[in-house]
Amino acid sequence: MASEKINMPQLGESVTEGTISSWLVQVGDKVNKYDPIAEVLTDKVNAEVPSSFTGTIKELVAEEGQTIAVGDLMCYIDTEDSAGDATQPTNKETVEASKETTEQPNQDQSMKKRYSPAVLRLAQENDIDLDQVTGSGQKGRITRKDIENYLSNGKPKTTSSNQEVSSKPSQAQAEPVVEKATSSAPVSDMQQGDIEIPVTGVRKAIAQNMVRSKQEIPHAWMTVEVDVTDLVTYRNQIKDDFKKKEGFSLTFFAFFVKAVAQALKEYPQLNSMWAGDKIIQKKAINLSIAVAKDEELFVPVIKNADEKSIKGIAKDITELAGKARKGKLTGDDMKGGTFTVNNTGSFGSISSMGVINHPQAAILQVESIVKRPVIVDNMFAARDMVNLSLSLDHRVLDGLVCGNFLSYLKKTLENMNEKTMSIY
Amino acid sequence: MPVMSYIQAVTAALKEEMQRDEKVFILGEDVGKKGGVFRATDGLYDEFGEARVLDTPLAESAIAGVGIGAAMYGMRPVAEMQFADFIMPAVNQIISEAAKMRYRSNNDWNVPMTIRAPYGGGVHGALYHSQSIEAVFANQPGLKIVMPSTPYDVKGLLKASIRDNDPVLFLEHKRAYRLLKGEVPEDDYVLPIGKADVKREGSDITVITYGLCVHFALQAAEKLAEEGIDAHILDLRTVYPLDKEAIIEAAQKTGKVLLVTEDNKEGSIIGEVAAIVAENCLFDLDAPIKRLAGPDVPSMPYAPTMEKYFMMNPDKVEKAMRELAEF
Repeated sequence: MASEKINMPQLGESVTEGTISSWLVQVGDKVNKYDPIAEVLTDKVNAEVPSSFTGTIKELVAEEGQTIAVGDLMCYIDTEDSAGDATQPTNKETVEASKETTEQPNQDQSMKKRYSPAVLRLAQENDIDLDQVTGSGQKGRITRKDIENYLSNGKPKTTSSNQEVSSKPSQAQAEPVVEKATSSAPVSDMQQGDIEIPVTGVRKAIAQNMVRSKQEIPHAWMTVEVDVTDLVTYRNQIKDDFKKKEGFSLTFFAFFVKAVAQALKEYPQLNSMWAGDKIIQKKAINLSIAVAKDEELFVPVIKNADEKSIKGIAKDITELAGKARKGKLTGDDMKGGTFTVNNTGSFGSISSMGVINHPQAAILQVESIVKRPVIVDNMFAARDMVNLSLSLDHRVLDGLVCGNFLSYLKKTLENMNEKTMSIY
Repeated sequence: MPVMSYIQAVTAALKEEMQRDEKVFILGEDVGKKGGVFRATDGLYDEFGEARVLDTPLAESAIAGVGIGAAMYGMRPVAEMQFADFIMPAVNQIISEAAKMRYRSNNDWNVPMTIRAPYGGGVHGALYHSQSIEAVFANQPGLKIVMPSTPYDVKGLLKASIRDNDPVLFLEHKRAYRLLKGEVPEDDYVLPIGKADVKREGSDITVITYGLCVHFALQAAEKLAEEGIDAHILDLRTVYPLDKEAIIEAAQKTGKVLLVTEDNKEGSIIGEVAAIVAENCLFDLDAPIKRLAGPDVPSMPYAPTMEKYFMMNPDKVEKAMRELAEF
């Protein structure tokens, strides 16, 4: 014996409810399937409702005159068919089973770092470190609402977000801050006659790179003084011949670049870069050189400088500088630098502190060669002196290795003369 | 304020407009003596006579065509298509003539006609009595398509449609006729065509829909509110042209958008709504735009189980809303 329900059937299009005008059966009556059990009145039709089962009427739930919606319960009927018994519990089981699975705690965090456009925008606008936000969405996803709640609950205030980031030496985090530092910080104190220069193109790129370098890299500085009297003599001796023969000038800078390439071969620690959780020591020695043009600054690269002669380097310098002045440098010309040599001496500078060319680990400023009285063997002598100033990334490098590098460089340069070396 | 069913609101609007303006008249199959197969024009024949409530032959193209001619001549016809499914023979009249008349005649002529048609399924009506036809007409500038969801909106929008100086397709969900009841003011009011309406304020997810599905979404929202899911529900009311401002505002509100229609999914009204949201709200979106719609099969099936599978219902909407809220 199973108890079945008989519900209000759909009795025509647009009919959603019916009024029971009279019951045609009573409790205890035996009915066959399709026997009429009630008369129902709708907006459109009067109809008899047939029984869906054969059995005995158990209970009349709806009363005569009552209006009930289509699908709602009219009465219960006891059937002899026991098929219903089997189906009902199975249904219950599946319901419970599905309940269990939904209630299982969700430990999957695979969506934690999948950010929607809304979340990214809000995080950027409000300077939120998304690692600090707990996600309530599917698989740990941070939802827009999570950010809104985070903001309205007052995010943990950092006194200066810039400081905080620069203390965390990771490239990825510094990026948005750089954008902010160069784009914001408005000084709109314009007076009459002042000229406003929009920051675009190369200027903007320079600004961003400089801010990034200074904020991210903990700089340290070192300077040595080098006696290059022999080198000066040697170079002055051959420069006119060289120009005639080769068609381009032999500058001092080419010698310095060569010496630096040799020193880097000896101390490869300086030829490396910081990469968050590791330091990458580069095999190729590609030297960036700074070339200024009007308001712009380029750093083209002398590739594999350690494999080139002084003449080869001088040729590269001439070509790259020429290209820079004509605005013909390509992306390839400026790619892949591993260390920068900056010819500050060309402006007459004798001391400066360079900003490291991100992501390299160091930059060397070659200052102006100046004739000075120097004490040699307890006597005054007129010597050609030059200062070499090194800026180093203190995350990558320490004083010892840089000191060794500089003294090696000093020795190399002081021993450069016609006997020890060839420009070819 | 009296409580009216959806269809009573239709009748009330027709009656009031016919009393207000003698240029308003009704034409259609069985609209006169019988009062319409759904009883939408019940009592109007007796009150206004056979000259203003015209029983026509079974010829939808003629119903639309006669309406267009009368409208161009200064009348305000309200043509009834007995079922929206039967509108197909009149498509040429509606799209090529009514919708384009003002443009074609350089503003000399216009067609102030309203075409009423009951659409939608869930009433065991199968192929010829269940179709949603709005998408067929929803890229015809010059034509407006109004699809109200409540008795209050029915009266205000039908009156506005009759008073509109251009053709309006007024689609009534036949299952809503007696299912939905609501308070309707007795006084004369109109609602703006082309304006969507926020039916529920919420902050977790946005549901944008129209017609009977608004009702399903509201029911689902009440259930979900108990679980702490707070749904924002926008009723488009006019599905062509769309109220872009309201759509953008509603989408931006929560960044999680569910679009619901009873129509077949591909090429439906909500696809256009999705495009508007995608074009304008990228940086406010917190989840992929979701569409919940009928399957892409040729018609509403006749078998009750299959009809149930095809038809939109509160459970389906609730499930989709919950999934989006949890994303």
